Amino acid sequence: MNTNTLTQNQNRPADQAASANRGFVTPAVNISSNADEYVVEAEMPGVARDGIEVSIEGNQLTIIGRRQAEAQPGEFLYCESCPDDYRRVFEIAADIDSAKINAQMNQGVLRLRLPKAERVKPRKIEIAG
Amino acid sequence: MKLIPRRRRDDLASWSPLNQLSRLREEVNRLFESPLSEWTRGSEAFGEWAPSVDLLDTKDKLTVKAELPGLKKEDIDISLDGNNLTISGERKHEEERKEGEVFRSEMYYGRFQRTVTLPHAVDSNKISANYKNGLLVVDLPKTEEAKRKQIEVKVS
Repeated sequence: MNTNTLTQNQNRPADQAASANRGFVTPAVNISSNADEYVVEAEMPGVARDGIEVSIEGNQLTIIGRRQAEAQPGEFLYCESCPDDYRRVFEIAADIDSAKINAQMNQGVLRLRLPKAERVKPRKIEIAG
Repeated sequence: MKLIPRRRRDDLASWSPLNQLSRLREEVNRLFESPLSEWTRGSEAFGEWAPSVDLLDTKDKLTVKAELPGLKKEDIDISLDGNNLTISGERKHEEERKEGEVFRSEMYYGRFQRTVTLPHAVDSNKISANYKNGLLVVDLPKTEEAKRKQIEVKVS
């Protein structure tokens, strides 16, 4: 693949970048789990804290990241970045305690911590007597 | 005018042929989820990364923007050599991962470097950079001479 192909948005006037009619791109994610929780991280450069929407409907977790709209005068000589907002949908396991989901945003990386419900955590049962 | 991507990924610890294969498979899966424009972007499938870069030309300055999610300010280096602006650095793993399972690993870590050749002379003393929301924005004010040249072109 030619890494220098810049077919996308070449010579696009800058003010169109801030247009409201935008599609979605799929952010890259890391997903892992440990005994207590699932951790989902999603790369959304250009998205501030208040541009994040996390929602759960049934067993679907949706994350949306809206870029900050900024109108800029001038002309793009290259443009590799994509003006679209981010969106990705996950199916979540039934063992997640959706009331305790925690979201943090750090330099364009959304980090979601989805705690496992108490009942599914590995439990050590002591032998009495 | 050219962009010179130099890509490298130092992640020997997690490298294995199997790993690479599954990464390739994931990448192919992702391609089908992405708009066509993403296809032209890069060779992420081969385990390298380079940030996306924009170059914006306004009356008084050039602005270079790079998408660098999840870095620390201290891990980004910016240098200007003649007309070549180089942005380099390293993306480090944030914290030790607790024991557990990994389901998806699509983000890239390690060193990166991008060089952008600037089309106008800039005043190297007045360059400023800001890193916010995972976006690096470098403002490079044009020299007076460069501004004058542009005006001359417009008049003729």
